[in-house]
Amino acid sequence: MPKVTIDNIEIEVPDGTTILQAARMIGGDVVPPAMCYYSKLETSGGYCRTCIVKVTQGSAKDPRPMPKPVASCRTPVMDGMVVQNRTAPDLLEARNGVVEFLLINHPLDCPICDQAGECHLQDLSYENGLAKSRYEFKRREFDKIDIGDKIKLHMTRCILCYRCVKVANQLCDGRVHGVLNRGDVSEISTYIQNSVDNDFSGNMIDVCPVGALTDKTFRFKSRVWFTKPMDAHRDCKKCDGKVALWMSNNEVLRVTGRKDTYGELESWICNECRFDKKEVSDWKIEGPRKIDRHSVISQNHYESLRQLKIDVSKQKNIAEKAHQDNK
Amino acid sequence: MSRQLLLEHINTPGIRGIKAFREKGGYSALEKALKTMKPDEVTEEVKKSGLRGRGGAGFPTGMKWSFLAKPDGVPRYLVCNADESEPGTFKDRYLMSHIPHSLVEGMIVSSYALGANTAYIYIRGEMLYVYHILEEAIAEAYEAGFLGKNILGTGYSLDLYVHPGGGAYICGEETALLESLEGKRGNPRIKPPFPAVKGLWQSPTVVNNVETIAAVPHIINMSGDEYAKIGIGKSTGTKLISACGHINKPGVYEIELGVPVEEFIYSDKYCGGIRNGKKLKAVVAGGSSVPILPGEMILKTPTGEPRLMSYESLSEGGFAGGTMLGSGGFIVMDEDTSIVKNLWNFTRFYHHESCGQCSPCREGTGWMEKILHKFMDGHATLKDIDLLWDIQSKIEGKTICPLGDAAAWPVASAIRHFRSEFEDYVRNPEKIKDIKHYYRLNNLQPVS
Ligand SMILES: Cc1cc2nc3c(=O)[nH]c(=O)nc-3n(C[C@H](O)[C@H](O)[C@H](O)COP(=O)(O)O)c2cc1C
Ligand code: SF4
Ligand code: SF4
Ligand code: SF4
Ligand code: FES
Repeated sequence: MPKVTIDNIEIEVPDGTTILQAARMIGGDVVPPAMCYYSKLETSGGYCRTCIVKVTQGSAKDPRPMPKPVASCRTPVMDGMVVQNRTAPDLLEARNGVVEFLLINHPLDCPICDQAGECHLQDLSYENGLAKSRYEFKRREFDKIDIGDKIKLHMTRCILCYRCVKVANQLCDGRVHGVLNRGDVSEISTYIQNSVDNDFSGNMIDVCPVGALTDKTFRFKSRVWFTKPMDAHRDCKKCDGKVALWMSNNEVLRVTGRKDTYGELESWICNECRFDKKEVSDWKIEGPRKIDRHSVISQNHYESLRQLKIDVSKQKNIAEKAHQDNK
Repeated sequence: MSRQLLLEHINTPGIRGIKAFREKGGYSALEKALKTMKPDEVTEEVKKSGLRGRGGAGFPTGMKWSFLAKPDGVPRYLVCNADESEPGTFKDRYLMSHIPHSLVEGMIVSSYALGANTAYIYIRGEMLYVYHILEEAIAEAYEAGFLGKNILGTGYSLDLYVHPGGGAYICGEETALLESLEGKRGNPRIKPPFPAVKGLWQSPTVVNNVETIAAVPHIINMSGDEYAKIGIGKSTGTKLISACGHINKPGVYEIELGVPVEEFIYSDKYCGGIRNGKKLKAVVAGGSSVPILPGEMILKTPTGEPRLMSYESLSEGGFAGGTMLGSGGFIVMDEDTSIVKNLWNFTRFYHHESCGQCSPCREGTGWMEKILHKFMDGHATLKDIDLLWDIQSKIEGKTICPLGDAAAWPVASAIRHFRSEFEDYVRNPEKIKDIKHYYRLNNLQPVS
């Protein structure tokens, strides 16, 4: 079993483990942010470049450093490899650059975005972003489209992580969903606005790290931080029926899969559970769900929100107004 | 110093057809290799020749071939990269359209060395007329018994196909090329795995440039050791250079590696000097991706030696003081050329051609183009120069494929060597020819 050292912490991992997986085994601060990798989707990762790390020693056999930062999610560890993440200032500078690239064309319309509060891009920009954008040009915009009757695609917010494309290819039958065009006008779309209609297509919403794919049955119903996540389950023939219910006043506003520390689903859930079972009586409730790592929901009703770089209370007001306007 | 191999018979009438080609010794390497040599012996000769990839990176070809995985029961493939789309590069097209059989023969000999029974030529889709020329040459080769089953009774079989490309520069990147050949969107793959292990249809694959493959029959005919005597140092053999820009005689030249740059630009045998008696301002020596160098720096190395047309000499001085031989697209600019405008044009190209998979290239190329457009419009600020520098440094080395670097290097080198010109665009927008033109067109008054 190869041994790898990440930010001065040594760990022994099974053959074929990637640097990112090894870092997650260590946990804590050494884990690089990952916007496109998704352990449950084959061939995911490599696109966003937020997970880059510096390899100062390639392996025990060949101790030369790697000439460029590597994508930790797609680079297997070698025995004797030495990796720097938080301990290399030049790497952090390079990562800030990647985050800036992800943000220059991003609308940052968090106040009216359903993802706000559980958005990985929001988290990433608190941690790695500049206070002020250096981009002075008009941001890219796309029309919102419906892909199927339950999913809304807001392409303007997409960071082209390709996760939903992998869901479409690996979980759904028929290839109806992919990337059109190239470069900075690439867009996620379906084949001639075909609807994505499949028992498992709803998982796209959960894998999307931003607010580009949202649940139309929940859109604008509530801010995430006003809802309480509860673990619940039901007998389901299609999936294991283990979900998170997002409730408010004993009403089920939204159903999602259960996500782990890194925002990944524990299991895929079917569209019936997700979209059609919105009565409390549909579910056996297990108890409150603990959500960590996420900035806003985990702050549990804003006691320590002042610590955050952005002023969420102001955002909340704008958000409420926007919701009224949008109704 | 004027050995001709690839283009020796370019002026022979009918050399496009198999008859004239054979009269000039064509297909003799094929007979020699298939009848008298083992596949590994062919690879060994290529190793000895010191031949380096002519597609841009200059990786030793023999070594690349020996890395090819050879698991039992799995097919192997040779794929020729004929996607030639780098601005300034037009040598492969010239070779293929005039002497198509030199590539066909090279493909057969190389496939034999690699143990491939199926090979592909992936040709840039816009060069449809060359596609037809190759199709015709391949048909002639089948008819002569050089392709198909049991070639010349040796028991070796090979099928060769030409595939027109997807119409994007990125399809020239070898893994994007393989995706495109498989019928998918031409997105570069994330490596590892490398094509030598998992290439076309997940099988071991070698991808080589047209010129690289066309050099192989000459190596077999003359032996690797003899080939290695041509050229200079580790830059062995001859190289096709497509010369363009403000020179008297643009065109494709075959040079022996090691010709002094000065001779290449000024002698009548090659470019014939700068047009209209103007002075040399700058050269982009190896296709639009390589760093631009000012005239005096391209003629002399940092140590004051005359610079030569070779992999080593051109890159002497590293990134700050040198450049690269690249694909051999030699773009010469005279004293009247605007470096800023040229850079804007290059950057526009990379922005347009980015596949969009990875964030730094997808977003950074467009950002740089927009900033350069400000220079062209006459409202850039000095800060924009530093911003450009910062953006390119954040793209370089952070991307999936080298297109990101290719977009960053021209920006870095233009600012490094011609910063004052950028400043001039900021300080005196009204003086700049293109800008005056812009203001005239738009009926505007320059702002002071
Ligand atoms: C964006 C991009 C475009 C490229 N275009 C070409 C091309 O048109 N022709 C080519 O031979 N190599 C091209 N290359 C280089 C190929 O990826 C590959 O290195 C080359 O085909 C290997 O052949 P060689 O070893 O014979 O040079 C390109 C690379 C990049 C990154
Ligand atoms: S996707 Fe995230 S960062 Fe973007 S607007 Fe929505 S909440 Fe904000
Ligand atoms: S829509 Fe969401 S999941 Fe799909 S590529 Fe865009 S950001 Fe990723
Ligand atoms: S560097 Fe550019 S062209 Fe290459 S994979 Fe990334 S986005 Fe695509
Ligand atoms: S998470 Fe590794 S590149 Fe996106």
